[in-house]
Amino acid sequence: MAQIFPRWTNKTPRVILITAVTAFAAIVAFFWYFGSPKYTDAGYRPVQPVPYSHKLHAGDLELDCRYCHWAVEISESANVPSTQICMNCHSLILTESEKLMPLRESIGNNVPVQWIRVHMLPDYVYFDHGAHLNAGVGCVTCHGNVAEMEIVSQISPLSMSWCLECHRNPAPNLRPVDQITNMNWQPPEDQKSFAEQVLKEKNIYPPVACSGCHR
Amino acid sequence: MSHTEYNKNIIEPPLIQNNPTFGSITGDVSGLVEARTPMPWYLLLALSGSLALLMFGMIGYLVYEGVGIWGLNVPVGWGWAIINFVFWVGIGHAGTLISAILFLLRQKWRTSINRFAEGMTLFAVICALIFPGIHVGRIWVVYWLLPYPNQMSMWPNFRSPLVWDIFAVATYFLVSAMFWYMGLIPDMATLRDRAKTRAKKIIYGFLAIGWRGGNRQWKHYEMAYLLLAGLSTPLVLSVHSVVSTDFATSVLPGWHTTIFPPYFVAGAVFSGFAMVTTLAIIVRKIFKIEHIITMNHLDKMAKIMLATGMMVGYAYSVEFFMAWYSGNEYEIFTFVNRALGPYAWGYWIMISCNVFVPQLFWFKKFRKSIPVLFVASILINIGMWFERFVIVVSSLSRDFLPSSWDYYKPTIFDIGTFIGSFGLFLTLFLLFVRFLPIIAMSEVKGVLPQADPHRHSQHK
Repeated sequence: MAQIFPRWTNKTPRVILITAVTAFAAIVAFFWYFGSPKYTDAGYRPVQPVPYSHKLHAGDLELDCRYCHWAVEISESANVPSTQICMNCHSLILTESEKLMPLRESIGNNVPVQWIRVHMLPDYVYFDHGAHLNAGVGCVTCHGNVAEMEIVSQISPLSMSWCLECHRNPAPNLRPVDQITNMNWQPPEDQKSFAEQVLKEKNIYPPVACSGCHR
Repeated sequence: MSHTEYNKNIIEPPLIQNNPTFGSITGDVSGLVEARTPMPWYLLLALSGSLALLMFGMIGYLVYEGVGIWGLNVPVGWGWAIINFVFWVGIGHAGTLISAILFLLRQKWRTSINRFAEGMTLFAVICALIFPGIHVGRIWVVYWLLPYPNQMSMWPNFRSPLVWDIFAVATYFLVSAMFWYMGLIPDMATLRDRAKTRAKKIIYGFLAIGWRGGNRQWKHYEMAYLLLAGLSTPLVLSVHSVVSTDFATSVLPGWHTTIFPPYFVAGAVFSGFAMVTTLAIIVRKIFKIEHIITMNHLDKMAKIMLATGMMVGYAYSVEFFMAWYSGNEYEIFTFVNRALGPYAWGYWIMISCNVFVPQLFWFKKFRKSIPVLFVASILINIGMWFERFVIVVSSLSRDFLPSSWDYYKPTIFDIGTFIGSFGLFLTLFLLFVRFLPIIAMSEVKGVLPQADPHRHSQHK
């Protein structure tokens, strides 16, 4: 009787096994890297309607973050400044600039500038800027050194595990409240005992249960 | 009592009738696969296939619209989905019990029924797995049930029996499938060697993975089969024990009892054997294999149903006794409410079908009667479905807060999905009986008198 299968079929179980293991590893590796918010979300860098430079304003000119984002300590949202705040200076400086045209249109037509939001959390996440700042988490911890960014980009993944990392161990990210906008603050030698004292004094227990953020 | 009289009572009738030879067994069983497809098969497939499509349609609408289309209400948050899940998983217990436990106990009669009982197990577990999958609401994130590293740092709650369930049922399915396929290999080789067309030779040859039937192959095969039987034996007991902890680890009166694991396992074997009996009666009649699945086999299955039915009845009575003995008025209320409350009709259907019906099997006359066996086996499965209905619904609908008590009624979508799951089950079963050998040929040959090398000896 003639053989049904040619000789090479003897090798197929090994080939299938090796292919399956490799394919599985490749699929896991693919999603591990390309599916992570570190890849999909971090690095988001939209072009704004006005080429506003944080490096110039917050870095070189040393404007405090809270001059524009003034509600950040008392509100859940770090407000985007209104055109009026821009015009506090720009009604006197660079009044003829091409680049500032959208600002003058905004104030003339009484329509806000359509700034593009960089740091987006899903709607089902409750996040309060005020609570974090009053606990002593600085701007730089989540947003990076904005004072050196020509165009602001998202540096953190803003993933749930990234939030939880700090909620489970907040001590390394705490600083005196008067230093929250300082981009170059360095933790002192005794950061650990300082943080412990802050956590105790302010009675800080960062929530790690679902309803802490998903209310 | 004379010597001959004594022998007549103790010697078993031959397992396979009509003086079979090895060749006649191969011919009888392979013939079913090789014959032309009978017309009724197409009709049945059309019917069951339509029902299966009905189920998939219902599931599609469920995904689109949400679980609100079901009859769930505020105290009754678990309805037919969980009832059907437990029902189907329970049915899936007979196959592995027959193939593993009866194998280890050297019960030779298992060989006639193990193949399709194992097949039935797989198909029932597939039907079962659908229900917890679709009842989660947001079905597109159903993979969250599995523990895998993710950007949310989120793991399933390992203290929850619902996670144990995933592992228990998935393990059971994989091991049962492996065991089933393992048993099929020598029979696949038989079909390959008998195949007339090149396509069949390639398909059955592929499935036989190079089986030649040599001495060394048989030696390794039998050892592997024994090891797999040992591996699946604890699974028969563990799966439904874990399913029962879904209920038993909660604090609801009527669920929170330590008797649940053994009670559920006995009920599962009970319903599984009832389903095997129903299918065996149909299969042996249609395929004319009454000499392979004999009355003796049905008689033995009836005895198992009687034994497990009594265990289930005992569990029902112990629940009532413990409720009274606890002296806890809420526990007592739960059970009085079961028997006399708004769902009393369900309770008494359950008692009639599960406790009274199996009592028929005390009598040899009924154990040897096809109509009685057929009707009783169907009634038992109806009763076992109602057992899960009574446990789930009657306990939930009268929960801790009387102001939230409500009466649970299924909607057309609950009913359609459940009926459709029978369609899926039958579709898979019909495909199985058409394309695979429904009797384990090699194992049946092993229990023929010819297989015993000492059959002519005076010194047995």
